[in-house]
Amino acid sequence: MSAPKTLYDKIWDAHVVSEDEDGTCLLYIDRHLVHEVTSPQAFEGLRLAGRKVRAPEKTIAVPDHNVPTTLDRAKGIENEESRIQVDALDKNAKDFGVNYYPVSDVRQGIVHIVGPEQGWTLPGMTVVCGDSHTATHGAFGALAHGIGTSEVEHVLATQTLIQKKSKNMKVEITGKLRPGVTAKDITLSVIGATGTAGGTGHVIEYCGEAIRDLSMEGRMTVCNMAIEGGARAGLIAPDETTFEYIKGRPHAPKGAQWEAALNWWKTLYTDEGAHFDKVVTIKGEDIEPVVTWGTSPEDVLPISGAVPAPADFTGGKVEAAKRSLDYMGLEPGTKLTDIKIDVVFIGSCTNGRIEDLRAAAEVVKGRKLADGVRAMVVPGSGLVRAQAEEEGLDKIFLDAGFEWRMAGCSMCLAMNPDQLAPGERCASTSNRNFEGRQGYKGRTHLMSPAMAAAAAVTGHLTDVRELMELEDA
Amino acid sequence: MEKFEKLTGIAAPMPLVNIDTDMIIPKGFLKTIKRTGLGIHAFDEMRYDREGNENPDFVLNKPQYRETQILIAGDNFGCGSSREHAPWALADFGIKAIVSTSFADIFYSNCFKNGMLPIVLPQDQVDILMKDAEKGSNARMTVDLENQTITTSEGEAFEFEIDPFKKHCLLEGLDDIGLTLEKAAAIDSYETQLAQSRPWV
Ligand code: SF4
Repeated sequence: MSAPKTLYDKIWDAHVVSEDEDGTCLLYIDRHLVHEVTSPQAFEGLRLAGRKVRAPEKTIAVPDHNVPTTLDRAKGIENEESRIQVDALDKNAKDFGVNYYPVSDVRQGIVHIVGPEQGWTLPGMTVVCGDSHTATHGAFGALAHGIGTSEVEHVLATQTLIQKKSKNMKVEITGKLRPGVTAKDITLSVIGATGTAGGTGHVIEYCGEAIRDLSMEGRMTVCNMAIEGGARAGLIAPDETTFEYIKGRPHAPKGAQWEAALNWWKTLYTDEGAHFDKVVTIKGEDIEPVVTWGTSPEDVLPISGAVPAPADFTGGKVEAAKRSLDYMGLEPGTKLTDIKIDVVFIGSCTNGRIEDLRAAAEVVKGRKLADGVRAMVVPGSGLVRAQAEEEGLDKIFLDAGFEWRMAGCSMCLAMNPDQLAPGERCASTSNRNFEGRQGYKGRTHLMSPAMAAAAAVTGHLTDVRELMELEDA
Repeated sequence: MEKFEKLTGIAAPMPLVNIDTDMIIPKGFLKTIKRTGLGIHAFDEMRYDREGNENPDFVLNKPQYRETQILIAGDNFGCGSSREHAPWALADFGIKAIVSTSFADIFYSNCFKNGMLPIVLPQDQVDILMKDAEKGSNARMTVDLENQTITTSEGEAFEFEIDPFKKHCLLEGLDDIGLTLEKAAAIDSYETQLAQSRPWV
């Protein structure tokens, strides 16, 4: 009998094309996702060398980072450099014959939302993209990670990647989550516990009852932020929830192929007794709704907490905390719920899916934006937007005073017109709170969609459970 | 990729330590769609004033160094971010080899992906090369990859170390893609087998 394998081991083994003596492998890539920012030089490289895309049918391109999310965006992109990047993708997709969802297509959206939505991402696949949040696709039990521009070109030309294997890490969330606690709280709490370098050199497998209980949307939220925990990839073993989600999607296998695929997918789990190099266990019951207070995703605290002081830390983190507090304009000891906000952003590849919008709408329903707060909801794809409108969620947001936008990365990063002004403080459902990430001198607090919605209607960071109790009463 | 075998050219002295990727190519130029054309922005903030006029004191702006192909640099060259735009900018400017006492990891390997040779030498030898480079366009140095030597304009030669595999790739002008394409048969047979075992992919 062969040695017990982890899920990562199994997917890896199924994709090795060749292996050198020093362990360097050529790994076959099943799906290559492409966006406009990291791909132009790679396509240019192909042209200069007279090469083709080896498997255009396995390559999927969609513009997302630079696209405006205003309703009138059919007018075109104002910023010249942004427009050139998007135009280049239009041309490259056409010239090289890859699958493409242009801005005018209702299926356009953030690449990590479009891939799963269209059934491109399937269990047991290798999925890469010139983008670190490719980790999202790990929710399907696919080995998915970000790559650099030279590697993008390498995959375009060869459909393979030169790789060495990472270590195995297990993150187990036991038991049940309490009401008001979501996938975002899980993933932020894990990073809070392990640090932004906790997963470095590892591929994380998330498991345990609380993970099993999550929907596919929730699992994608968890895996999306594996990268903020230092890991290149996060994985969740596929199960009935996964199969149910995939079935009937445009590019999912059909008929006899579906049966064959299902048979293989059901073997994709970590064998009893398989070895992990690192194990972290967190009790689901212990997780609270959390927010970040600083400028690193590991600066996580339960909403019931207070802003820490630099002296609460040790080593290099003391200086970092000082700098963070200064940048964020926060005083140690301030209750988190006393922090006032100016802007609310609900969207991104972390939390721009239909369930996220439903969770936010549930909190917003029958309420109004707090005075002086600007808030926008940016669906992760045109199809998410259409679905939300069918359910009447757009009305709930609009009635409360939110902006209802077109799909794109939007205010997750400041590459398009959606940006924070200097000093503005944002309750955001995105994944990075780095200095300047959402706009020059902008201040970001990361949290779940429900928590962001709660902040929107109260005007300050808020424990969403208090609003939920109000409803019950 | 172009082969790198032997090169005789002008070397410019840049004794500054910790020249980082932001100095080599500032953030503002990342919204480009090309990997070529970055050469005029190489060392942008040192090279031009805020109005875009050349700073006459910057070494690469001096008449005798305009055709520089070799940089002799201070310690820890290429530190900072992983942006491949940094080696792109240098290569586009015409730089083919860089000598320093040490390089940042990612920058070092990015150089090879772009046909550039980073050479690590001990401080005393870098000092001698730095002095030689100060002589300007009359002092041409020779880098011989096959024999792993760099020779000053005076004929003084220093040997350098390089990973045999990386050397082979540069000499043959092989990039990663070229190398992988040598394994095309293995990829073909993987795909044949894939069509059987996981036809839905
Ligand atoms: S939504 Fe944000 S994190 Fe996701 S792909 Fe776009 S910019 Fe990157």
